[in-house]
Amino acid sequence: MTDRPVTTTTEPPREPPARRTSDVLIKAVTTGSPPVTTALAILLALVVGGVLIVATDPVVLRAWGSFGYAPGSAFSATWNSVAAAYSALFEGSIFSPATIGHAFQGGSVAAIFYPLSLTLFEATPLILTGLAVSVAFRAGLFNIGGTGQFIGGAIVAAWLGFGVSLPPVIHPIVCIIGALVGGGAVGWVVGELKARTGAHEVIVTIMLNYVMIYLLYYLLSTPKALQQPHQSNQIAAPVASDAVLPHVGGPPPQASLGFLLALAAAVGVAWLFSRSTTGFEFRTVGANPSAARSAGMKVERVWVLVMVLAGALAGAAAATVILSGGSPPPPLAESTYGTYGFDGITVALLGRSRPLGVVLAGLLFGALNAGGTQMAVATPVPADIVQVLEGLIVLFVAAPPLIRAFFRLRPGADADLDTGGRGWSG
Amino acid sequence: MTALGAAARVSGNRRYLAAGVFTALGVIDIVVFGVHAQPGDAVFALSLPGNGVQIPSIHVAAAPACYLLGAISIGVGVLRAVAEPGRRGRRLTIAVAVLCFLLALLCWADAANSVGSVNLIDLLQGSVIAAIPLVLGALSGLMCERSGVINIAIEGQLITGAFAAAAISSAVASLWLGLVAGAVTGGLVGALLAVFAIKYRADQIIIGVVINVLAIGMTNYLYDRVMSPYGNIWNTGAFFTPIKVPLLSKIPIIGPILFDANLFLYITYALIILIQVGLFQTRWGLRVRAIGEHPTAADTVGIKVLWNRYRNVILGGMVAGIGGAFLTIGNVGFFSPGMSSGFGYIGLAAMIFGGWRPLGAVAAALLFGFARQLEDVLGLLSVPVPSQVLAMVPYVATIVAVAGLVGRVRPPAADGKPYVKA
Repeated sequence: MTDRPVTTTTEPPREPPARRTSDVLIKAVTTGSPPVTTALAILLALVVGGVLIVATDPVVLRAWGSFGYAPGSAFSATWNSVAAAYSALFEGSIFSPATIGHAFQGGSVAAIFYPLSLTLFEATPLILTGLAVSVAFRAGLFNIGGTGQFIGGAIVAAWLGFGVSLPPVIHPIVCIIGALVGGGAVGWVVGELKARTGAHEVIVTIMLNYVMIYLLYYLLSTPKALQQPHQSNQIAAPVASDAVLPHVGGPPPQASLGFLLALAAAVGVAWLFSRSTTGFEFRTVGANPSAARSAGMKVERVWVLVMVLAGALAGAAAATVILSGGSPPPPLAESTYGTYGFDGITVALLGRSRPLGVVLAGLLFGALNAGGTQMAVATPVPADIVQVLEGLIVLFVAAPPLIRAFFRLRPGADADLDTGGRGWSG
Repeated sequence: MTALGAAARVSGNRRYLAAGVFTALGVIDIVVFGVHAQPGDAVFALSLPGNGVQIPSIHVAAAPACYLLGAISIGVGVLRAVAEPGRRGRRLTIAVAVLCFLLALLCWADAANSVGSVNLIDLLQGSVIAAIPLVLGALSGLMCERSGVINIAIEGQLITGAFAAAAISSAVASLWLGLVAGAVTGGLVGALLAVFAIKYRADQIIIGVVINVLAIGMTNYLYDRVMSPYGNIWNTGAFFTPIKVPLLSKIPIIGPILFDANLFLYITYALIILIQVGLFQTRWGLRVRAIGEHPTAADTVGIKVLWNRYRNVILGGMVAGIGGAFLTIGNVGFFSPGMSSGFGYIGLAAMIFGGWRPLGAVAAALLFGFARQLEDVLGLLSVPVPSQVLAMVPYVATIVAVAGLVGRVRPPAADGKPYVKA
């Protein structure tokens, strides 16, 4: 999860480098390198999820009840149940073979890419909140406050979206900057309190989540603030059409420019952490605050900076949600913040807090979310199974020894270095 | 975590920060509540309709009462800045300032309201009941963390406990078995946490969060797929009815608040006493604290660190499972998805707020319970302040408290660090 400080680790004895590509591959597979354990974790989660789907399917249970008369139908019912669910999951998130046939018969070619577009759409805010959690993680802070920071960004973005009129290209840019500021301000409170008073960021972020949720409720029910005029529901006015982020074709919701924003943010974070002095300070403070202080780094300043950055990233996630997803996008409502903040934690964990990992994890979870919706429509399996799958994946990823024991892999030379918690005061 | 210099600076700051906060509260008491109070009396009812002994309601002139309370609060603030009270004294000053603020708020809200009056007994009784899941969640966290395992999975233990209690009590038509099922399920979630934290030495904060995601997803899924379609089997909504404790419930004021609720309140009392005494007076408690502070030393004298941690985490999970069972069979009867709604995280905050001590955690949990209840009561009173703003107050208060008033609380030294036998 965290970098060991470059200056203090003693390198573990390396095995002699493998010569051929095939050797490297075999070694990676047999010793369970991170990509391999992640893939196996996904597989294992799908298997467990499949068992859950089957065990709660009344058709399957009835078929097994009459196992004595028709053993074949029990097996086929089991297979059908899982296959229908998982193929709907796939068709809703990657592509549906039927659309190709339609395209040949004069249907829409864009429809082939529609599921992928949905996946990108779902993945965009997850990548950004995932980055918000991961930058804090790498500086040794646990940011449970994604929800509050998301709301901070959402309030500002929504208000700028309908409250001011600006020319087309400028408007979304202003909204995004506003969201960065709104989210960053919420993050700043956390960092500043920790730096000045030592208040633990876990408590402060949890409490700020509730404060921001109630602030949102208040603003949404106050006509002079965010509430749509002549409206008794707690709902904001829709953002102006010139503030909406450009998107690719197909029926809404579709992938928008927001996805590129998320990728750009990931690249920016990657650069910051691997190439800049500030990023080095972040990582050092994360690995060992005392050592960082001895080396002359201002630990408190780092905490503040990191939380502002984390908050801004969560705010950016809010901007992508507020400014895309239809024309006009669904207006800010009491439920808009959803579970983005907490999903960010699982995305960051699955992505091992590395920007590339977070992007891939965000795409995977985005695909699961998009597919889950389709699955709930096409089969009797509720979309909540997706949350179970996501939890299982991260649970298995968090414990590589479990995966290795399950699939009987040899322990790698340095595969276990990253495990081990550091407690409240890390 | 922080160098000594910074700690000293913080401690110096806190003396004046606390004083400033108390004075500010006093000024709010006077300027906001006192000056804006409607002329007339605030009426507080002190007994519920069904009580044996009826106590006359209290009538207070609202504005003067607010001025007096504000003056007390400012006085405490000045005292805090001038004198340097001890630990106990500091806590007392916090309690006095907060109490003055709440009383001033109630006076103002009640005087503004022409219909009805605040029933203090009702308010406090509701607070105690609202605090039950928070207390049990905090105690669960405490059991784990005192032995060195961070338990963020309280939320997951609550929701699975609530689900299992509702499902089993409905299916077998026995509330007692539902209670057992809640506890066992909470214990199983605790065992899951224990295996990953102790055996696989995964980061405990991560595992806790993931278990919460998994537990909420799992209960949502099972609710949609099984419980909701077959509600007449799995979700009949039975719940424990209140039991009046003989004699004790007859005591005016205290009786209805503390001795007139269902089984869960009494279980909670028992667990608070058991854990407080157990942790500080028994061999078990000494061992638990030893493995939480310095597992290597404990191991050296022959305490089985890992086995003790497993036991504590599973027992802690059972405590939270009982808290979850309260949400369904102890309160509303029916299970609904996501009904733990962050109680686990608030319990966690209460535990940290209370400095990893059972009684401190209980006090913090009661404060949250009171705040929740106050929100409901004031919502009914048609107070000229939006209810959402009032709802924020307890959370802002916690931030202020964590940042300035309580000071740095210290977790068990080995909390969250997996133990590897050397």
